[in-house]
Amino acid sequence: MFRLEPRAVTPVWITAVTPLLAVLATMIAGGILFALLGKDPFETIRVIFVAPLGDPYSRTEMLIKAAPLVLIALGLSFGFRAGIWNIGAEGQYVMGALAGGAVGLAFWNVEGAWLLPLMALAGMAGGCLWALIPAFLKVRFNANEILVSLMLVYVATLFLSAMVSGPLRDPAGFNFPQSRLLHESARLPIVLEGTRVHVGVLVALIAVVVAQIVLTRHLFGFNVRLLGQAPRAAAFAGVNAKRLTVVLLGLSGALAGLAGIFEVTGPIGQLQPSLPVGYGFTAIIVAFLGRLNPVGILLAGMVMALTYIGGETAQFSLGIPAAAISVFQGLLLFFLLAVDLLTRYRVVPAKRSGV
Amino acid sequence: MSTLLAIDGVSKSYPGVKANDDIHFSVGAGEIHALLGENGAGKSTLVKMIYGLVRPDTGGMRFNGVEYAPHGPVAARAAGVAMVFQHFSLFEALTVAENIALGMENAPPRRELAQRIREVSTEYGLPLDPDRLIGDLSVGVRQRVEIVRCLLQNPKLLIMDEPTSVLTPQEVDQLFFTLRKLKADGVSILYISHKLEEIRSLCDHATILRMGKVVATCTPAKETARSLAEMMIGQELAHPPVKDFQPGPVLLKVEGLSMAAPGQFDVALREISLSLRSGEVLGIAGVAGNGQDELMLALSGERLSAPGQVVLDGKPVGAAGPNARRRLGLLAAPEERLGHAAAPDMSLADNGYLSGRIRKRLSVRGFVKQGAVDAFARKIIADFDVRTPGIEARAGALSGGNLQKYVVGREVLQEPKVLVINQPTWGVDAHAAAQIRGALRGLATRGAGVIVISQDLDELVEIADSFAVLANGRLSPVRSATGLQIETIGRMMGGDFSAAEEGAAHVSA
Repeated sequence: MFRLEPRAVTPVWITAVTPLLAVLATMIAGGILFALLGKDPFETIRVIFVAPLGDPYSRTEMLIKAAPLVLIALGLSFGFRAGIWNIGAEGQYVMGALAGGAVGLAFWNVEGAWLLPLMALAGMAGGCLWALIPAFLKVRFNANEILVSLMLVYVATLFLSAMVSGPLRDPAGFNFPQSRLLHESARLPIVLEGTRVHVGVLVALIAVVVAQIVLTRHLFGFNVRLLGQAPRAAAFAGVNAKRLTVVLLGLSGALAGLAGIFEVTGPIGQLQPSLPVGYGFTAIIVAFLGRLNPVGILLAGMVMALTYIGGETAQFSLGIPAAAISVFQGLLLFFLLAVDLLTRYRVVPAKRSGV
Repeated sequence: MSTLLAIDGVSKSYPGVKANDDIHFSVGAGEIHALLGENGAGKSTLVKMIYGLVRPDTGGMRFNGVEYAPHGPVAARAAGVAMVFQHFSLFEALTVAENIALGMENAPPRRELAQRIREVSTEYGLPLDPDRLIGDLSVGVRQRVEIVRCLLQNPKLLIMDEPTSVLTPQEVDQLFFTLRKLKADGVSILYISHKLEEIRSLCDHATILRMGKVVATCTPAKETARSLAEMMIGQELAHPPVKDFQPGPVLLKVEGLSMAAPGQFDVALREISLSLRSGEVLGIAGVAGNGQDELMLALSGERLSAPGQVVLDGKPVGAAGPNARRRLGLLAAPEERLGHAAAPDMSLADNGYLSGRIRKRLSVRGFVKQGAVDAFARKIIADFDVRTPGIEARAGALSGGNLQKYVVGREVLQEPKVLVINQPTWGVDAHAAAQIRGALRGLATRGAGVIVISQDLDELVEIADSFAVLANGRLSPVRSATGLQIETIGRMMGGDFSAAEEGAAHVSA
């Protein structure tokens, strides 16, 4: 009937259209899924994808959800382009939140404009160091960074639980496993009056711009692309692959850590065991949905945030199970990878002919 | 002579190019038929159609008198067509017999197969041990494996794509013996090559392609190499460059360079010493897999040595990386165009930036100067006659010869003090090869030192002032290229360096 033929050149519009196609296919498959659950598919899709856009509160909440996703995905995208697969951003996010949060708690009730930047730095350092473990094991012993970084997620999560149950526990918190609420100087300023939109959103936007410039206009971005596409040509161009591996893992860890401390100092306000909500994993989808391109990642982050917000609404207004929303996000990655075929191959009608 | 394969008005288009345009020709039974043409003339598309890898848009083929339109290589092999590719598809970690079994549709039991391999290989003068690992074999022997794999299928037509480009002179003789024997047994051979002298001595007929069309058919023995080349390129051939070597001061000195083999199937470099003077073209010959790649990496800076083992212009650079060496004027052009010298999925502009960044000052504090990058790419394309839609074209989309011109041009235009180049004209047609050699010679005339590592002896004889052979990771003493006998080179390639001593006094003065 049809067959696939490799494309000589991939038109730019295909690269732009296929993610939209994946979103569309996700809506259809998701609709069927919801129909099987006995819900009205059109109403469910409307609640998830369209309703949040019409509601001012939901719109600002989207920005808040998108900010960490975009920050983490930006860091990951550089590594992915270079063929370095950091799957453990969730763990680096947790360690960033923990390191930055611990600094905030150490200076509890100490006021000063220096505290927040210090916490942000500590958060980046925490995420960075956590990512440097797989980096070191990779360049020194050739250990697979996918496995190491992934396993370290569970270590980080348990470490967070241990810390908030022990040394960082709120002394006046009736033994609940959570820290004190951070004080004023340790909370992110709000940039839009009357909303929860915090400085972290701005930082994420700035990071998109910087990443775009670095990727397309700077030697660093060039080396990243080169290492991913042709490692031997990278060696010929003088790229030190080991050093770049370490830098890229460290960078993605630092950005994940920054996202973590922004969550703690922004919407949440304290360290608690429920801090990891899967942003580090969802950001992988965001990175690919955005075609590893900074501006694409910004858009993809918004779409993912939309499914979070819409999904929450769907949970309490239509009784959709929370797991269905995760399935829904998984479907998006699945269809994205599926339509990717169209960027590399084109569909041509098969010719009929004898031998 | 009866016709075995008839190509009847076959055409094939790709987006933007008409690769084959109404091709007619036929191969007789028991005939060695040459297919000649520049890179991009449509030879590969044509043989891919015969081998079932590509389907023609229009036109048809007849094989042995019946309609022939193979779905794929399996159907082509079933019909009696076999092909030996320029790049082998062998697994280094498997044995000869295992590799051959992998390529067969219904492989016989191992012992029987080993027996048949021995029979067929001795019958056609291609001795092979079925139990050897491919990784331990030289390129020439690996080619035998590919040929024997084809012969086990009892083909009626054997297609050979540039078979001699990786062989020593002795190996070429042996291959020709095999091919003539096959011909005597009634097998037809479609022979693709750029080496016109070979075609003259081996082939019964030749079909010449230019820009997708058949432009001539002839009997090669009645033509000269020059007339064949001119039919192929459709214009007069450039004359070989003039050697005007005026020995200048020493630019590059390599002293006692030894390096362990980077991997299981690589070669260790042992005590390599040479010196290269301004204005000199030093040719380094050798059969593939004798340390050429390893020497290249050691000179380009991709593998590091002790500082004093590589000395450029009096400065020790052995421990300096590729970019530090570029800054000092030592440039390199590796053999593998796609993936090493150039990134296939990047544009030509980006590929110019890849190695030209430092000497052409294509960035400021790391920021790419896009205007300068584009201008550099355009200059390479213009000066080296690279045929491409533009600087935004993917490097991988260029034909081998055009990309090679781009890669050589990129280094030559940076006006290096020393250029090291590995296989400058590998798989490149006569016209482009002449341009590339001219450019290298010109660089030497302007005072640079050039090291050409090549397996093409004719090429080295044509452009080199001095000459050495790399055998099993050792470099022979450097001797003058004048008065060099092919037979002497053959002995040196076999590791007998005493042959080099005869002329060595010539250059040490």
